[in-house]
Amino acid sequence: MPMLGRTAGGLFWMFRYLERSENTARMLDTGFRIALTGSQQAESEWESIVTTSGARDLYLQKYDSFDQAHVINFLLRDKDNPSSILSSIEAARSNARMVRTALSSEVWEATNETWMLLKQTLARQVSVKNLAEVLTSVRQQSSLVRGALHGTMLRNEIFDFARIGTFVERADNTARILDVKYYVLLPSAAFVGSSMDNAQWETILRSVSAFRSFRWLNESDSSPKAIAAFLILDKRMPRSLAFCYAKLAGNLAYLSQKHAGTLPSLEIAQQTYAKLNDREIDSIFDEGLHEFLESSISDTARLASQIQEDFRFYG
Amino acid sequence: MTNGKFFDEMSEAGGAPRAPYARYADWFSGEDPKSLLKKSAEAETFFRRIGITFNVYGQSEADERLIPFDIVPRIIAASEWRQLERGIEQRVRAINAFLADIYNKQEILKSGRLPAHIISGNEAYLPQMVGVSPPGGVYTHIVGTDLVRTGENQFYVLEDNARTPSGVSYMLENRETMLQMFPELFTQMRVKPVSSYPAELRRSLSESAPPGCTSAKPTLAVLTPGIHNSAYFEHSFLADQMGAELVEASDLRIVDGKVAMRTIRGYKPIDVIYRRVDDAFLDPLNFNPESLLGVPGIMDVYRAGNITIANAPGTGIADDKALYSYMPDIVEFYTGEKAILQNVPTWRCSEEDSLKYVLDHLAELVVKEVHGSGGYGMLVGPAASKKELAEFEAKLRARPGNYIAQPTLALSTVPIMTQKGLAPRHVDLRPFVLVSPKKIHITAGGLTRVALKEGSLVVNSSQGGGTKDTWVLGD
Repeated sequence: MPMLGRTAGGLFWMFRYLERSENTARMLDTGFRIALTGSQQAESEWESIVTTSGARDLYLQKYDSFDQAHVINFLLRDKDNPSSILSSIEAARSNARMVRTALSSEVWEATNETWMLLKQTLARQVSVKNLAEVLTSVRQQSSLVRGALHGTMLRNEIFDFARIGTFVERADNTARILDVKYYVLLPSAAFVGSSMDNAQWETILRSVSAFRSFRWLNESDSSPKAIAAFLILDKRMPRSLAFCYAKLAGNLAYLSQKHAGTLPSLEIAQQTYAKLNDREIDSIFDEGLHEFLESSISDTARLASQIQEDFRFYG
Repeated sequence: MTNGKFFDEMSEAGGAPRAPYARYADWFSGEDPKSLLKKSAEAETFFRRIGITFNVYGQSEADERLIPFDIVPRIIAASEWRQLERGIEQRVRAINAFLADIYNKQEILKSGRLPAHIISGNEAYLPQMVGVSPPGGVYTHIVGTDLVRTGENQFYVLEDNARTPSGVSYMLENRETMLQMFPELFTQMRVKPVSSYPAELRRSLSESAPPGCTSAKPTLAVLTPGIHNSAYFEHSFLADQMGAELVEASDLRIVDGKVAMRTIRGYKPIDVIYRRVDDAFLDPLNFNPESLLGVPGIMDVYRAGNITIANAPGTGIADDKALYSYMPDIVEFYTGEKAILQNVPTWRCSEEDSLKYVLDHLAELVVKEVHGSGGYGMLVGPAASKKELAEFEAKLRARPGNYIAQPTLALSTVPIMTQKGLAPRHVDLRPFVLVSPKKIHITAGGLTRVALKEGSLVVNSSQGGGTKDTWVLGD
């Protein structure tokens, strides 16, 4: 018996929210590093992070300025912010509870424990002293669920929907991080090589946990182009757009085997992947980095809503 | 342990263990109380991690509570169990016969054994079910008969729970927990297993599939109101354990005269629905037009005999408290035998003489709402304050027909583990019964609920009750 559409939707959202909590933790960590260096950039960095998280309007309804304490609280534990880490974890756990029969007990228990732990940790304001520790624990918990998923779940359609949720969220996140900072990566940026730009690149790389791997792969070349190529096109990099889309196309191809006819969502994933596969970064810069990223963000949104329709999440 | 007033299931009046507890008492005396208390705490962590929780109505939906678990088992001897089994089977058989009669020929009304006013005007009686024959003739596929004990051989049926009895997941998880914590006890004592319940449930429901279902493996689904329902854990647990889909009404639709669920590849028909929603939320077209819940038209499919709904709509009339006092007559009318299990003497406050008696003896009685459940809205006279008694008296006078009263039963006790060692607490027992057209199956065990507060007689989880593993011993 094929699984319920609602179950597929629950798996998709459970893993989107888990991925989101991890991504938000990483961005907060990066912002915090910059603030620690005492940089003048801190406030604009916090602003970028809120923008990347997609909750800028909501934030501005509550606060006038992007000061550290407010941003941290807003992204970490504000229940009014549906994308805050606490809201994301609650949503992930709620979806997990809904699809519990589709999960191995290890995956369910890891998710439930994550929720119990973070609900407690985030019940009160987190002091700057404890922030790093809390963010580490968010990332660790997310890894725990992912580990349980990989170690204990059958490689069937349930697994596919979990992975699709993860990669839709991740592709969206990576494209947003790049788009909020795309100007830093433009070759025309005047201050190439200046310390300010180095800090900015470093921020981008750190916010996708790719600082060291990038260094390792590109000892000498830390040009904006190399960074953009790494995060958009490098299939070795698990948070690059090309990697995410290769996975999305693969999982959707598997799901479509049992479907009569071609799934529109598979077509979108394959078309988007074709724009990333065997492509030179120069041609993306020629097209316009910002334009490219914007269309990538809208492709991902279109793909997500097509998946929801193809697999009858809601009816 | 026995204080003379109540029957203790573990110890004789002199302090020696009763026979079924002999081995256990021996084992217990060799254990370190501190390490037992530690195990007790571990059990709680275990339950919380796997998420065996229930939501309390009237509190924030995020508030998931744990039902406290006590590590001292409730032990029932093989001979005691046989007696209960016979009584329960008789009662469940009678209830099914009663439902078939009351929704068809109504011979029991014609015979005068049951007054017609108990049925007419009773909200639990569903006119929509009149003349409908459920597949295989079964109305109550799953029953949880609540029993209490007051002495060596005195058992009473407290409630029949013929709608959607819950708690079976606790029976199973409590046993799992005990097996993990005290494996050595299970090697020393012959405890009948309960773990086949999900497989039996699957078998029983499959046997109840509509006649038109030719598949050897009918498609089963558990229908839940969703994750905010207080028993959601149990719904997902049972679906998972018996390999059924866990569906919500929004997943279902009528397609080509069958109930079908929305899968990632379109609508697929279902043969049997184990529903854990109330009648009123089954079908907005047939029952509650205001309801957004439910599956429009499911009753039409049901009437056409193309879906099994377990339990059938309208079974609530059989466990209605207004009807309870007639159960001995009902059992006799349909089985031709005297009821094996006793009924608790009951005053129907709708009757003038009874009302007078109840008002005069309020402080000694337990008064229940006819349609209430879960221990809400009930008065335990001996435990109530003057103010509570006065308030309840006003309620009784205003709507006497809404209440029945019973003597405060001297419920038996079983010890629980406390900081100060074993301490007796009052218990009840809910065995679980499965009915198919082929047979009635009763799992040897059940859910023992225990009032954790010293002296309390209210065992409901919503009122501070806990649970125990229930052991039925082999011969």
